[in-house]
Amino acid sequence: MLYFSKLRIFLVSLITLVLVFIAFSNLFNSEDSFFKKKINLGLDLQGGSYLLLEIDNEPVIEQKLQNLTSTIRNYFKDKNINLNNLKLLNKSIIFDVEIDNIDTVLASFLDENSEINPYYPRFKSHQMDVTENSGNFEITFSKQGLVNLNTSSQDQAIEIVRRRIDEIGTNEPNILKRGNNRILVELPGLDDPMRIKSLLGKTANLTFRFVTQNDDEDNFGVEKLSYEDGSEEAFVSKRIILSGDNLLDAQPRMDTQNNETVVSFSLDRVGAKRFGKATSTGVGKQLAIVLDGKIISAPVIRDAIVSGSGQISGGFTFQSATDLALLLRSGALPAPLNIIEERTVGPDLGQDSIDAGLIALIIGFCLVIIFMFVKYKVFGLITNITLVANLFLLMGILTIFEATLTLPGIAGIILTVGMAVDANVLIFERIKEEIKEEKNNVIAFDSGYIKSRTAILDANITTLLAAVILFFMGSGPIKGFSITLGVGIFTTLFSVYFIARLLTGLYVVKNKDKVGLI
Amino acid sequence: MIPFNKYYNQFNIISIVLIVFSLGLLFFKGLNYGIDFKGGTLIELRSTDNKINVSSLRDSLSQMNLGDVSVKKFGNDQDYLIKFEINDAKNDVIENIKNNLENSYGNNFNFRRVENVGPKVSSELLRSGIIAISLSLAVMLIYIWIRFEWQFSLGAIVALFHDVIVTLGMFSLFSLEINLSIIAAVLTIVGYSMNDTVVIFDRVRENLRKYSDIKIFELTNISINETLSRTLLTSITTLLALLAIYIFGGEILRGFSFAMILGVIFGTYSSIYIANTVLVRLNVTQKTVLREENKD
Repeated sequence: MLYFSKLRIFLVSLITLVLVFIAFSNLFNSEDSFFKKKINLGLDLQGGSYLLLEIDNEPVIEQKLQNLTSTIRNYFKDKNINLNNLKLLNKSIIFDVEIDNIDTVLASFLDENSEINPYYPRFKSHQMDVTENSGNFEITFSKQGLVNLNTSSQDQAIEIVRRRIDEIGTNEPNILKRGNNRILVELPGLDDPMRIKSLLGKTANLTFRFVTQNDDEDNFGVEKLSYEDGSEEAFVSKRIILSGDNLLDAQPRMDTQNNETVVSFSLDRVGAKRFGKATSTGVGKQLAIVLDGKIISAPVIRDAIVSGSGQISGGFTFQSATDLALLLRSGALPAPLNIIEERTVGPDLGQDSIDAGLIALIIGFCLVIIFMFVKYKVFGLITNITLVANLFLLMGILTIFEATLTLPGIAGIILTVGMAVDANVLIFERIKEEIKEEKNNVIAFDSGYIKSRTAILDANITTLLAAVILFFMGSGPIKGFSITLGVGIFTTLFSVYFIARLLTGLYVVKNKDKVGLI
Repeated sequence: MIPFNKYYNQFNIISIVLIVFSLGLLFFKGLNYGIDFKGGTLIELRSTDNKINVSSLRDSLSQMNLGDVSVKKFGNDQDYLIKFEINDAKNDVIENIKNNLENSYGNNFNFRRVENVGPKVSSELLRSGIIAISLSLAVMLIYIWIRFEWQFSLGAIVALFHDVIVTLGMFSLFSLEINLSIIAAVLTIVGYSMNDTVVIFDRVRENLRKYSDIKIFELTNISINETLSRTLLTSITTLLALLAIYIFGGEILRGFSFAMILGVIFGTYSSIYIANTVLVRLNVTQKTVLREENKD
C-alpha cells in the first residue's frame, strides 16, 4: 500500500540522515571530526608504493637438510648403528643400513616422540617423510614439514621487514602476509621506493671470521670470498666468531681520526666475551667482516677488544653507513626476499586521478539527473533525490567499513549511478502501463511496484553475483571496484524501495485523482 | 510497435558472422596483454622539456639492453608510456633508467607511475582472471537455470557468450590492451547483459501465461516493445555515466570504460536479437511455462 506508518517514515529518514551525516564526516579532519572513521584512499589515488615480496626458501631448506644430516649422523653414532653412504642428494637425505637395524632406524624416525623427526599432532604428520627400500633410506621434507618451514620463515621475515620499514619511518605502512611465502608491503605517500627496495633486498647476514692464508689452514673449513667492491678475494674460515645476532646496537659515526664514515656497534654480553677472547688470541691476524657472503673489510687486529664495542669501516658514504647500521639493528632475514611485483604511483598522478574521477562523477551524475528530469518531470525529480541519497548512503557505508576507495572504485560509483536509475525506470514504466488499464492512481502505483519486483531483484542479483566474484578473485584496485559496485546494489535497493517509494507514495496520495500523473 | 521480429534472421546472421570473425581474431591475432598478464615493466613519464619525445626516449632506452621497448604518447602531450619485458626483474632497472635519462635530459621529467610485474605474478593474475570470468559465467548459468525454464537459460547464455566474445574480439581487432581492469569490465558486462536479458524474459514469460493464442514469434516482439522504453532508458543513463568516465576519467580508466561501453551496446542488442531468437527457434509455447509450474 502506498500509505506509510509514521514509524516507517521515521526509520527511513533516520537511517538516511545518519548515513548522510557519516558520509559528510569525510570532509573533515578525522581528529576533530564527529565520526572518527574515514574512507581510505587507495594507493592509486593518494600515491604510494605497493611491493609484493617472495621469500626464497631454497637456501633455508638446504641449510636445514645439512643440519639434519649431521644430526642424523651423530644420533645414530651414539646408538652404535652404522649408516653407510649418508649424503644429501637433490633435497633428500639418503643412507643405507644393515638389515638388522632397519626396524630400529625406521622407528626412531616414525615414533611420535622422535627426537630427530618432530611430530605435529595437529596435522598428524612428521616433519620429514621416510621411505625405506631393503635398507636404503630416503628422508625428504613432508608436505606439512615444508608448510611449517615456510610459515616460520614468513613469520620471521615479516617481523624483520616491519622493523626495517619502521626504522625508515614511512607514513602508516601496511605489511601483510600473502599465502605462506609472500609478504605484501604498502607504503602510502612513498613515490620513490628505491631505498626501501634496496634495504629489503639484503638478507643482512653479518659474520666476523678470521682470514686464513690458504684453503686448508682451519679445520672448520675455509671458503674463498670476494670483497664488496669486487676488487680482491680472500680465504676466510668458516668458523663464525661473532654474528649479527650478538649486536645490541649499530650506528653510523664519523671517525675523526681517519676522517671517514664508519658503523660503530656494541655487543651483548655473550658477544663481548667471545669477541674479547678471539681478539686477544688473534692479535696480528686479519678479521674479516662478512655481509651476505661479501667481505666489507678485513682489518688487522692490533689489540684485544674487550669493551664489547667496535667499528666497521669499509669506505662508506654517510648514506651507506646509515643503511648498514639500520640493517644490522633490525636483524637478518631468514631467507632472501625477491620483489615479484611493484606498483608505484606518484602523488601528482594520484591527485590527477582523484580530480579526473570526481569530474567524471559530477558530469556523469548531472547528465543522468538532467536526462531523468526531462523524461519523467516530477518522478524524475524523485528519482534524482533518490540518486543523491543513494550516493550519500554509499559513501556512508564505505565510511563505516573504512573501505578503500580506488580509481576503479570511483568508476564503480559512477556505474552505480547509471544503473541505479534502472530500478526506478522499471517501476515507472510498469506504472505507466498499469495506469492505462487501471484508473485509480493509487492502485496503479501499487501494482506497478509489485509487478516490477522480480525483474528488479533479478537484475540486481546478477550484478551482485559478478561483484562478489570480483571481490574474491580480484586484487587491489579491482577489489575496490567490486566493493563500490556491491555496496551500491544494496544502497540502490534501499533508496528505491524505501526512499523513492515513500516520496512517490506521498506525492501520489496527494494527487490521487490527477489524470496523466506520470 | 516496432517490428523487431522482422529482422530476426538478418541479425542472427550478422551476429554469427561477428562471432566467427571475433573467434578468428582471438585465435589468429590474439589479445594484446598488458604487463599485468605478460609480465614486464611500465613507466609513465611526464616531461617538462620539449627535447623529450617518443623517438628521443626510444633512442636513449634502446642502448640499455631492455629488450623490446615500446614508447608511446599517453593522453596529455607531455606524458609518455614506456613498456618493456624483462624476464629477470632486476630490482634496480628502474633506477638505472632514471639515471640514464637524467644524464640525457637533466631533471626535466618525473616518473608518475611505475609498475613491475614478475613472470610468476603475471601468470597467476592471468589464471585468476580466467577463473573469475569462467566462474561468473557458471554462476550466471546456474542462477538463470534456477529462475527460468531451460529454453530461457539457453537463450540468456548464448546472448552472454555473444557479448563476451564480441567485446574481446573488438579488443583484439583494435589491439587494445587487456589488463586487470578489463577483466573487471568484462565481468560487469556479464552482469549487465544478463540483467537486460532477464528483464525481457520476465516479460516474455508473463505474456506467455497471459496469451495462449499468440505465437512466440509475435510474443517476443510484443515483450520487447513493452520493455523497450526501460531498455533504452537504462542503456542511455548507463552510457551517459560511462561516457563521462571515458572522456573525463583520465587515461587509466579509458580502456575500462571503452570495454564497458562496447559491452552495454552489445548487451542491449543481444538481449533483443539473440536471447529472444533462441526462444523463437526453440519454439517455446505456453506449455513450456505451464508445464514447469505444474511440476512444482
